[in-house]
Amino acid sequence: MELRLEGVSHRYGDVEVIRNIDLSIPKGRIVCIVGPSGCGKSTLLRFLGGLERPTSGSVSQVGEPPSDSINPLTYVFQDFALLPWRTVEGNISLILSDHGVPKKEAEDIITDVLARTKLSDFRKALPKQLSGGMKQRVAIARALAVNPAVLLMDEPLSALDSQTRELLMDDLVDLWTRAPFTAVYVTHNLAEAVRLGHQIVVLSRRPGAINEIVEIDTPLAERSSADPDLERTQQHLWALMRAEAEAADMELIDD
Amino acid sequence: MPRPSDVFLTLWDLAVSGALWTNLAPSLMRLLVGSTIGATVGIAVGVMIGLFSFARAGLVPLVAAIFPIPKIALLPLFVIWFGIDEASKYALIAFGTFTPTVVSTYGAVDNVDRSLIRMGQSFGLRWSTVVFRIVLPGAMPGILSGLRVSLAIAIILLVAAEMLGAEYGIGAYILQAGSLYDLERLFAGVTILSMLGVLLSTAVGAVEKHVLGWRT
Repeated sequence: MELRLEGVSHRYGDVEVIRNIDLSIPKGRIVCIVGPSGCGKSTLLRFLGGLERPTSGSVSQVGEPPSDSINPLTYVFQDFALLPWRTVEGNISLILSDHGVPKKEAEDIITDVLARTKLSDFRKALPKQLSGGMKQRVAIARALAVNPAVLLMDEPLSALDSQTRELLMDDLVDLWTRAPFTAVYVTHNLAEAVRLGHQIVVLSRRPGAINEIVEIDTPLAERSSADPDLERTQQHLWALMRAEAEAADMELIDD
Repeated sequence: MPRPSDVFLTLWDLAVSGALWTNLAPSLMRLLVGSTIGATVGIAVGVMIGLFSFARAGLVPLVAAIFPIPKIALLPLFVIWFGIDEASKYALIAFGTFTPTVVSTYGAVDNVDRSLIRMGQSFGLRWSTVVFRIVLPGAMPGILSGLRVSLAIAIILLVAAEMLGAEYGIGAYILQAGSLYDLERLFAGVTILSMLGVLLSTAVGAVEKHVLGWRT
């Protein structure tokens, strides 16, 4: 299944936040969306997940989601959104049982996703016992458990410290290399974008429009932070964004 | 002022003669029935207000209007509506615990982390699952701390309820002692009420410890 945005524009009252965006999310690839703060990155993600509708333009699914997908469009949030009163296992089983997955089958799914996210030893732990990185791993495991057609990740690593972020980026690369998934990854961190994105969409300042789409052909598993090509791409992205980030920073907030 | 030892002796006599139980049993029953009805309906209405804006628009002003009415002043009304028997006492206690429970419950529902509800919706969970598995557990800390207040109010109203037409009951016992200026018995009765308060508060504490172990 692919997602496609055609001529998407959006305004909140008098404020135009997104202008004429055409974008398609190809299957099995990670599309990173970067841009200065307030450029409508997260709004775009809400459109893709159907939580909100754009003022004009269309958001469409091309093709059917896989039949074993429990929740085709699944979010991973910046703040993890784990239920603090449920264990790691309980956080995942709540969703499976609500979608009518039989208990035995749910057990197997949970064992599988916890193994993939290196959480097998933490099955019975409560969120308060886990570090930020572990919490986000649980949230990713929960998202994988429903076998989404497209993962919608809203700054998933932004609440973590830089070391944990490195570790989780490696984990995401591992996960993707073993079983490629389709994802839209919103971030303001360019290092994350060049590390995880097959395609990087650079948005301009409000009203957000596509400034440039950068393709990176180096396979995810072969990318390292010392790679000169990636370094150059990151510099290029920063050059595209710098002036706008500066302007966005100076903006008065009046709403 | 009576000496504490005299109060203690009075309590001892009460316990030995069996009068303690004849007075305590009906009081406990009134407290149990009244506050259970009041708290249950209160929690249900509070959750409704927290979830639906139309319920909020209609009920919040109504609750604000009945909250400050001294329920004791309505006792004659309850006697006319429900008779002089137990029903009017249940109604008074239920009514008195209802309002603070509603207020604390909808406050607790308002305070549930919105990102958890958004998560539930984004995973396509059923509405009932979102309410019973996300909203209610999330509101539980606030509901339980509200219950502490409501139960203390229930004890206050117990005495008020027993002012009219109660032969036995801790409240009746205190009022009788008070009208005779029998201070030992008065204080003995008051001590029982205080202990009841401590007991209920401990019970809520035990429930909190069991249900809210996930809190840091």
